[in-house]
Amino acid sequence: MAEILVYVDHVDGAVRKPTLELLTLARRIGDPVAVALGNGAADTAAVLGEHGAVKVLTADAPEFADYLVVPKVEALQAAYEAVSPAAVLVPSSAEGKEIAARLAVRIGSGIITDAVDLEAGDEGPVATQSAFAASFTTKSRVSRGTPVITVKPNSAPVEAAPAAGAVEALTVSFSEKATGTKVTSRTPRESTGRPELTEAAIVVSGGRGVNGAENFAIIEALADSLGAAVGASRAAVDAGWYPHSNQVGQTGKSVSPQLYIASGISGAIQHRAGMQTSKTIVAINKDAEAPIFDLVDYGVVGDLFDVVPQLTEEVKSRKG
Amino acid sequence: MSLRIVVCVKYVPDATGDRKFADDLTVDRDDVDGLLSELDEYAVEQALQIAEEADEAEVTVLTVGPEDAKDALRKALSMGADKAVHVEDDDLHGTDVMGTSLVLAKAIEKVGYDVVIAGMASTDGTMGVLPAILAERLGVPQVTLLSEVKIEGGVVTGRRDGDAASEQLEASLPAVVSVTDQSGEARYPSFKGIMAAKKKPVESLDLSDLDIEAEEVGLEGAWTAVDSAAERPARTAGTIVKDEGEGGKQLAEYLASQKFI
Ligand SMILES: Cc1cc2nc3c(=O)[nH]c(=O)nc-3n(C[C@H](O)[C@H](O)[C@H](O)COP(=O)(O)OP(=O)(O)OC[C@H]3O[C@@H](n4cnc5c(N)ncnc54)[C@H](O)[C@@H]3O)c2cc1C
Ligand SMILES: Cc1cc2nc3c(=O)[nH]c(=O)nc-3n(C[C@H](O)[C@H](O)[C@H](O)COP(=O)(O)OP(=O)(O)OC[C@H]3O[C@@H](n4cnc5c(N)ncnc54)[C@H](O)[C@@H]3O)c2cc1C
Repeated sequence: MAEILVYVDHVDGAVRKPTLELLTLARRIGDPVAVALGNGAADTAAVLGEHGAVKVLTADAPEFADYLVVPKVEALQAAYEAVSPAAVLVPSSAEGKEIAARLAVRIGSGIITDAVDLEAGDEGPVATQSAFAASFTTKSRVSRGTPVITVKPNSAPVEAAPAAGAVEALTVSFSEKATGTKVTSRTPRESTGRPELTEAAIVVSGGRGVNGAENFAIIEALADSLGAAVGASRAAVDAGWYPHSNQVGQTGKSVSPQLYIASGISGAIQHRAGMQTSKTIVAINKDAEAPIFDLVDYGVVGDLFDVVPQLTEEVKSRKG
Repeated sequence: MSLRIVVCVKYVPDATGDRKFADDLTVDRDDVDGLLSELDEYAVEQALQIAEEADEAEVTVLTVGPEDAKDALRKALSMGADKAVHVEDDDLHGTDVMGTSLVLAKAIEKVGYDVVIAGMASTDGTMGVLPAILAERLGVPQVTLLSEVKIEGGVVTGRRDGDAASEQLEASLPAVVSVTDQSGEARYPSFKGIMAAKKKPVESLDLSDLDIEAEEVGLEGAWTAVDSAAERPARTAGTIVKDEGEGGKQLAEYLASQKFI
């Protein structure tokens, strides 16, 4: 079978969930060969093998952390040249998309970004994309070169599929271009202990209706009762009530959880762009006319300061 | 020497309108008003601030798009950019990101630049990759997705807030920069600015001016193909209850019935 290159998103060897979802999609179109770069790269092999990677190509060098994007492009290109894959799949993070796009230029291929599904087709892999704030669904293909496709989180289930996962060292030599943009310092984002927003099965979000940073405790309490991630609308973020890293929407994170709970959020198109593909949508808003109610499976017209704490208590008592 | 800043701006259908695809599966531009992509206003703003800080600078706004894309250029000129370049050619209809970036790169080289500034993503295609591709094509450093940017002594520095960490970046000019909507509110055009914009030069270029063959761009030249586009079925109307004191409990009951609790 044809080999499919899968770019691994990991933190010091801990593989992030979207990469495992990519392996599921890659197995639909060929044999996944994973590429893991940077600190802890070799530690990714076991879990990648359990999810279908036949091979894991690894490389570590200070350049991956010290310079922006391009060293990773050059390593992925080296893997591409070594493997001659039938397609290259990359997680749709901001960095993943940039790596994929530069690789595509270098290898003379078209690129599709933000696929939400992928299947085999007569003329190569067919990607499903969501367009115009998820009001349209398109099917597209790369028609020239080796398809380079970036895939959004939560686009496929994680499936166990034991494979060899044999580690092979990848030889990379960096060009002058690789060191053009220096990373002079890095401040890791503090962990909240909650699930990653883009990967979470449940997301609980608050908007302008939450009316103050301190009131976000109500949203967090509901999230914690459900084991959910916390999101926020741009209005809440711009007001300084919650960090930008938690913003859901066009200029924040795009989420597609099993359950999305919006409290005090009106449902502007730019917010919908980031959450409209959620499986089940629930809203709490005191305005019965709020556009968010057009999207919901279940809505409560009411004051979030009454409804949310009552919901949290009820969830806690049902969970015992 | 004067700092030459080129800002890439895209003309897009209004996101609050009823956006859809035309029969050839390209963006329908007839039924929805177009405008300067709101996220590119941030790029224009940062360009103007950098120009104001510099001893001498010239801000050129550049777009690849149909006739009406002039509106986007006018808006940027009225904010304070000095001149505009419009690449317009019937053969460009349906161009994908590889073709668009090729055209932009050639136009940028023709105009001459020390720094290119782009938005974080367009509001229609939303790929968020064009600036990285431009850096690749131009062979200069990529300093993208900045929430803060500064140019001093031929060096660009800025802060990139990523998923896992916030990074400080540094590169020598020439370079390609992109800025996010966290970089600072864009100014509104003043009346004076709007009047002045009418007299500012807008240069039109076509593919032959850029030595690009028609086959390299357009729907035919695209390296990607859209096979179908379907409107997402409207979500089935959900249950809406009014809170009469038991709203939270009713919601919990629903979540339990869906196995979320
Ligand atoms: C280029 C661009 C990009 C954008 N990107 C994003 C993005 O990524 N994410 C995003 O979210 N927005 C984005 N926006 C902004 C978007 O247009 C809206 O302004 C924003 O989503 C509004 O946030 P909100 O719903 O919290 O606030 P509002 O629209 O003010 O809605 C607040 C809601 O809370 C309700 N409410 C108030 N008090 C209570 C209460 N006590 N109990 C219950 N309900 C209450 C109100 O009835 C109202 O419906 C973008 C805009 C632009 C132009
Ligand atoms: C719904 C949809 C999905 C698409 N998917 C794909 C796809 O998967 N693959 C593909 O190859 N093409 C795709 N296209 C086509 C692609 O959007 C265009 O070719 C576009 O010009 C470049 O991509 P973008 O707008 O997404 O750019 P982005 O990378 O999001 O734009 C970033 C910045 O680049 C600058 N910029 C972008 N376009 C222009 C322009 N025309 N003139 C001046 N500056 C510009 C702006 O500063 C902008 O803020 C898609 C288009 C649509 C409408």
